[in-house]
Amino acid sequence: MGTYLVRRLIGTLPVLLLISLLVFLLIQAAPGDPTLMLLGEDATAADIAEAKQRWGLDQPIYIQYVKFLNSAATGNLGKSFRFGLPVIEVIKERLPATIELATISIIIGILLAIPLGVWAGAKPNSWIDNLGTTFGLFGISMPSFWLGIMLILLLAGFLHILPSAGRSTYGVAGPRETGFYFLDSIRQGNWLAVKDAFTHVLMPAIALGSNMVGILMRVTRSAVLEVMNEEYVVTARAKGLAEQRVLWRHVLTNALIPIVTVVGLELGTLLSGSIIVETVFAWPGIGSLLITGVTSRDHPLVTGLVMIYTVAFVTINLIIDALYALIDPRIRY
Amino acid sequence: MPSLTLESAISRPLQLPWLRPLLTAKVLAGGTIVLTLVVVGVFAPVLAPYDPNAQQLRAMVQPPQWFGGDHFLGTDNLGRDILSRILYGARVSLLIALAVVVISGFVGVSLGAISGYFGRKVDFSIQKLVEVVWAFPPLLLAIAIMAFLGQGLFNLILALVAQRWIQYCRVVRGQTLSLRNRDFVTATQALGASDSRIIWRHIIPNIIQTSLVIGTFAMASAIISEASLSFLGLGVPPEIPTWGTMLADARIYISTAWWLALFPGLCIFLTVLGINLLGDALRDLLDPRLKRTGSGL
Repeated sequence: MGTYLVRRLIGTLPVLLLISLLVFLLIQAAPGDPTLMLLGEDATAADIAEAKQRWGLDQPIYIQYVKFLNSAATGNLGKSFRFGLPVIEVIKERLPATIELATISIIIGILLAIPLGVWAGAKPNSWIDNLGTTFGLFGISMPSFWLGIMLILLLAGFLHILPSAGRSTYGVAGPRETGFYFLDSIRQGNWLAVKDAFTHVLMPAIALGSNMVGILMRVTRSAVLEVMNEEYVVTARAKGLAEQRVLWRHVLTNALIPIVTVVGLELGTLLSGSIIVETVFAWPGIGSLLITGVTSRDHPLVTGLVMIYTVAFVTINLIIDALYALIDPRIRY
Repeated sequence: MPSLTLESAISRPLQLPWLRPLLTAKVLAGGTIVLTLVVVGVFAPVLAPYDPNAQQLRAMVQPPQWFGGDHFLGTDNLGRDILSRILYGARVSLLIALAVVVISGFVGVSLGAISGYFGRKVDFSIQKLVEVVWAFPPLLLAIAIMAFLGQGLFNLILALVAQRWIQYCRVVRGQTLSLRNRDFVTATQALGASDSRIIWRHIIPNIIQTSLVIGTFAMASAIISEASLSFLGLGVPPEIPTWGTMLADARIYISTAWWLALFPGLCIFLTVLGINLLGDALRDLLDPRLKRTGSGL
């Protein structure tokens, strides 16, 4: 297992290298001269030449790439044009909000999708199966950002029961410690802030998780359906085990491999879904930061975020691979 | 085999057995939705009551007038007719999605077949490319491409194709690997057929069914991605009406004008639902193996 992980980790390095090359080439392909964009239209030729030399833009492209790689590897992602701060600092400030949103979204998704999927798979073609399948199909077909807008319209606009945007009500949260509102508020014993954070995160988390619920429910259903006919399930029943115990202990644990695979895959979708859902709900995470970066043409910020997102995605896939061995002892690397 | 003839003579009242699976509820519902959209898209100039970009500043933000009014689904913040914009939007969304699916299908199937057929170095380099492009979270690569290359129809299609060919490539590669050593391929090789002839005439016809299923789901995801990018302001130029840009415009007026956000989103939802239903049915029909594992999404 240990050697497998090390081997996978080493195998990831060339992929990361190629990703950085792809991102670098994309920046190079961007139309317009970056120096002109920074200095403004009325910069003189001497200004431009001086700026190019200062930023190393007059050097051959492969040297620029090596420099880019070198600073990225040391965690230096450059300085954001818009915020005037190191990109890594800006990202660090916003990252907890995104992690918090994604975590709650996954929890809601799993709590909803897995029981529905197990019930639907255990009783195929029953009313619960039909309900679950329809629900799943709707979840897959509904764009998360539109669901978000509709939730705002209904729950914030008409019924006024949930706040429509942001992460907390001004003045409720205590001083920032970790940046995770739930964690900070619980540690400070500020229960009002916990409730406030919960009401704020609920709608974005549902919108973000809807797609995952749809897919996860469908996969759980078919995985359970497949396992239900295995001999060990028949044996478990023949032993006289209660149906619920057969279902949750024997069927679900054996159906877990495809479920974990899909959760892993969906984490990637969740990462990119967060970009758009954060924009809808003005959620101050790295997703809305990316869009701010894109609209203000803040190339260092966008590059940094794209690299961070990709590294996170690659790491998640690695962890999921490692999880397989834990779930299924038959898998040995 | 007499028993089979007997059985089919007795137990099959419908004389066209291939037609039966086509007549399920899924196909009917999905087919109706998709067909309506295609008709609406094609005949948008005839069906639309107004020019989708015509601004009537005296009739701004008017709610839907269901019966007898000038604007059936209301107007937006610039007094543009929502119904007309939705009809034209269908055209744009469907055309972009279709172009994306066809191009990514062509690229993915070709690369997958080449990768699986030739193996070795060719396979290694194509699979490395797959691995790299696949390492980006979905939509992020598209956003990065639009961010750096700028708005425009060509860049949008490029951004949407960038990751969408991979699914075809992976599946087709796997199937080609198993087809490569089958007798009919060996026989064709022995007859002296060139590699490209074997790939195009003998391998691809055998894998086209699965690709069709992937293509249907890719169409649904392309529509959502296009709407997402347009919503973020990274899609087609603003003068072209699409459902995504309509939703983006609607955001500011969400508390005052619900109809701006409801109808375009409903169209995206119904379209994707229709295509997914058709995709499900097509998968059950063409490739029952995929149904069991639940993949293909």
